[in-house]
Amino acid sequence: MADADLRAAAPVRQANLDPARSFQGLILALQEYWANWGCVILQPYDMEVGAGTFHPATTLRALGPKPWNAAYVQPSRRPKDGRYGENPNRLQHYYQFQVILKPSPPDIQDLYLNSLKAIGIDSALHDIRFVEDDWESPTLGAWGLGWECWCDGMEVSQFTYFQQVAGFECAPVAGELTYGLERLAMYVQGVDRVYDLNFNGRSDAKRVSYGEVFLQAEQEYSRHNFEFADTVMLFEQFKMAEAACQKYLADGWNADRSRHAMALPAYDQCIKASHVFNLLDARGVISVTERQSYILRVRELAKACGEAWLRTEGGGR
Amino acid sequence: MPDLLIELFSEEIPARMQARAADDLRKLVTDRLVAAGLVYEGAKAFVTPRRLALTVHGVPARQPDLKEERKGPKVGAPEQAIAGFLRAAGLTSIDQAKVQADKKGDFYVAVTEKKGRAAVDVIAEIVPEVVRGFPWPKSMRWGERSAEAGALNWVRPLHSIVATFGPETEEPEIVRFEVDGIASGNETRGHRFMAPGAIKVKRFDDYVTKLEAAKVVLDPARRADIIRADAKNLAFAQGYELVEDEGLLAEVSGLVEWPVALMGAFEKEFLAIPDEVIRATIRANQKCFVLRDSATAKLVNKFILVANIEASDGGSAIVAGNERVIRARLSDAKFFYDTDLKNWREKSLEERLKKFDQIVFHEKLGTQSERIERIVALAGELAPLVGANAEKAKEAAKFCKADLLSEVVGEFPELQGLMGKYYAEAQGVDEAIAHAIEDHYKPKGPDDLVPADPVSIAVALADKIDTLVGFWAIDEKPTGSKDPYALRRAALGVIRLILDGNIRFHLLHLMTHPLRFSTVHMNIAMQRMLKTLPAEYNPEITERMLRLGAQAEEIGSRLRFKAAAQDDELVVLKSLLAFFADRLKVQLREQGARHDLVDAVFALEGQDDLLLIVRRVEALGKFLDSDDGKNLLAGVKRASNILRIEEKKDKRDYTGAPDTALYQLPEEKALAEAINVAKSEASSAVTKEDFAGAMSAMAKLRPTVDAFFDKVTVNVDDKALRENRLKLLNEIREATRAVADFSKIGG
Repeated sequence: MADADLRAAAPVRQANLDPARSFQGLILALQEYWANWGCVILQPYDMEVGAGTFHPATTLRALGPKPWNAAYVQPSRRPKDGRYGENPNRLQHYYQFQVILKPSPPDIQDLYLNSLKAIGIDSALHDIRFVEDDWESPTLGAWGLGWECWCDGMEVSQFTYFQQVAGFECAPVAGELTYGLERLAMYVQGVDRVYDLNFNGRSDAKRVSYGEVFLQAEQEYSRHNFEFADTVMLFEQFKMAEAACQKYLADGWNADRSRHAMALPAYDQCIKASHVFNLLDARGVISVTERQSYILRVRELAKACGEAWLRTEGGGR
Repeated sequence: MPDLLIELFSEEIPARMQARAADDLRKLVTDRLVAAGLVYEGAKAFVTPRRLALTVHGVPARQPDLKEERKGPKVGAPEQAIAGFLRAAGLTSIDQAKVQADKKGDFYVAVTEKKGRAAVDVIAEIVPEVVRGFPWPKSMRWGERSAEAGALNWVRPLHSIVATFGPETEEPEIVRFEVDGIASGNETRGHRFMAPGAIKVKRFDDYVTKLEAAKVVLDPARRADIIRADAKNLAFAQGYELVEDEGLLAEVSGLVEWPVALMGAFEKEFLAIPDEVIRATIRANQKCFVLRDSATAKLVNKFILVANIEASDGGSAIVAGNERVIRARLSDAKFFYDTDLKNWREKSLEERLKKFDQIVFHEKLGTQSERIERIVALAGELAPLVGANAEKAKEAAKFCKADLLSEVVGEFPELQGLMGKYYAEAQGVDEAIAHAIEDHYKPKGPDDLVPADPVSIAVALADKIDTLVGFWAIDEKPTGSKDPYALRRAALGVIRLILDGNIRFHLLHLMTHPLRFSTVHMNIAMQRMLKTLPAEYNPEITERMLRLGAQAEEIGSRLRFKAAAQDDELVVLKSLLAFFADRLKVQLREQGARHDLVDAVFALEGQDDLLLIVRRVEALGKFLDSDDGKNLLAGVKRASNILRIEEKKDKRDYTGAPDTALYQLPEEKALAEAINVAKSEASSAVTKEDFAGAMSAMAKLRPTVDAFFDKVTVNVDDKALRENRLKLLNEIREATRAVADFSKIGG
């Protein structure tokens, strides 16, 4: 069904938007596919996050009974994964394409496979597999079961049925699909080094590579993340974000704690604390045992935000 | 008789859970069938990534009828009792009950007949029950229904259920039931990509055939056979040999419904990486098999992948894709390996080992550095006992954990030891030391080889003893099935090293050493931590330090610094020694020895030399097989029994030397003399570790013991005489303790 719809709806694409030769074409094709299916297409969240899951459109919207279908690109920051631009596929900043479908539709696996078809991965030619990979985010107090999706031996997506988020049972369960865009693009473009990706799909003088867009940033941020990030400031920022989160949470409750009026701003501070922690971790100033306690502190914030969200318009009935 | 077919069709089931799930399905359904009186002829379960299937052959069409008798009150009992009985038995009038007679008179009996139900109705109840209660190690909810309480849990979303029942010759009927909105039927689906359409199935043979036509091989064993055979053929055709790997084969068979083996290649330059690293990389990340040159046994630059489809291009896109991923993985591995080699060559060992100062081995046992220091000291002490050069043993102990800091071991922990050896060799260290680095983890299990080189033995023993003593000291012993630090394996390793290497030493002494050492460390660690950072800097760290400090204090005080420390230390060591005794019993029992004999030897004071214990047990076993041994055992047991009874009665012990002046009968004197002779002969034989000699010295006691029991009455009225004779009996017991505690011997 989705297949036929897609064909009917797909406009004739210009060659430079072909997902097999254009990084942005790949993103547009995925957006178009999920928009066609009925997702809300959001833009990236305007804060630093470690993964698309942190976007409130996933973390918070996965909680509560209301149906919710959304898709978006999320720039994801993993300070520790930086390699000064020297590793062919490790980045401290990369793009995830995130799809969240609540409740998980019965044909969600087929929907996913059709999305691969939409970006040119033909299941008659390629070996696509669902390999067990359970997901857990200790900082979000979240877990789910699912798979990593393999295409010819390469992991191209994560597929998770959320069971719990922020310590609360998901009722109903949401299905989450996360496409690692750079990897997927490297695969369909047949490129071994991420910086060689064709970003805009042009083959003429207007061609822009991924490296031209991001290599300098990778070098500068690696330096920053590992060597120069101001740890005194970061420790301070962590404390401030934590305190602000707690304050907004406390202030947002009504008298009998039946409604909450500031779950989203509070959650922003939780995201902030989480990113600051990742930076401190990359700087190597957090010991193994302290690490655990920082993760626990962020989780406490996430849980409290989840609890507040469930008492809002978006999270309640 | 009819056959039952069940298929539970779902999204991809994790490979590691499949075999167990098939087994559980078979057992849960058939147990319930039998409990319901439906005794079947045979059952077999199958599993693929997307389906669990069960065929039960020869199920009766109906349950047997059941006749139930319920005994009621006596005839003429009060009305209330009769009414209660009618209610309980479901009768409307007492006329429906029969009257039977026993000794006490006539009473009522209600006979109810329960008609057997049609099997198909019983099965329609059983299967939903099994599905709802299925013991998946991890299960989940999904979809719209997951919002409701009591929603079905399954390993991944369950899509459809096939349940048919009927005799071979007829069209089977559908066993009708519903689980969480999924109605049973007779429709399934074929291969996800190659035959995704619906298929109607009848019974098992029809099901298997239709699945096969729809590109699904139902039987996991057959899938494994296909993969093995195809992989071997592919390899053979190119003149190579498949490196077989049963664990990987089982996993890969669980990832495909239609296995297609394909061969790929990687650049030859990657063969500069050690074979084990290539294999680990390709196996762990890509689940592919590696190949070797049959002549040299070295890996070649080829691998075999198992796809799930027959691709329209014959698989070339799949091979190319896998090759790219493997190339990327191998270049990572090569980078790790080269980085390690560079580090090993450029930085001194001391410099690298400093990192261990920051790495905690266990919160209560200090850092890796402290642990290594303990192992070094212990290896040095052990070296002369196992015939190793002490300097080399200490050197090897110092190196032995260094590869834990390497990139390769960080990526593939299973290569620890081996990488250490490679890097040490690259650095040009002594061969014995390089081998000890690899072998000090051995033996890793009952089938693993035991190192034979003395330096390896010293380090292997030191590592294991330090671990055991450490975890005993902090009271983290294995309990039941929980043994997170593999302490049982470590103890068995020590035992095998000692027995295979014919090594003599006193375990207690060696165990005391690391115990003291670690306790001291604990206190140093505490002091150091409390000093390092200003208290106001970070309250969290301070709190942690205080907590650690308190723990250290607790252990320290428990073991060393309180008045009772010595005793406690002994308690810890005794408990560890008892653990060794248990492990030794397991080991000896597997070799066919009697475990009561091990107990009889361990019960003696100061038995902590495992090799001597085993020799003693062997000698004792042989002795007890002889007539002399059997009779002596009977005599000693008789003496012990009498003593036990009398000592209990009199509330005192009859220890101490008997008074020679009180001997009246010649048999008493003869026994006393024989005991003296046996004792001294046995003890000098024991000193020479001649246990057979000690046993034959004991054997000489037999006629005098027999004669004593024949002629001498122990429990006489004369108190002094009775006491003296009891003391003489005690002497028998004491004398035999030179070789074993006979009271622990069974039979």
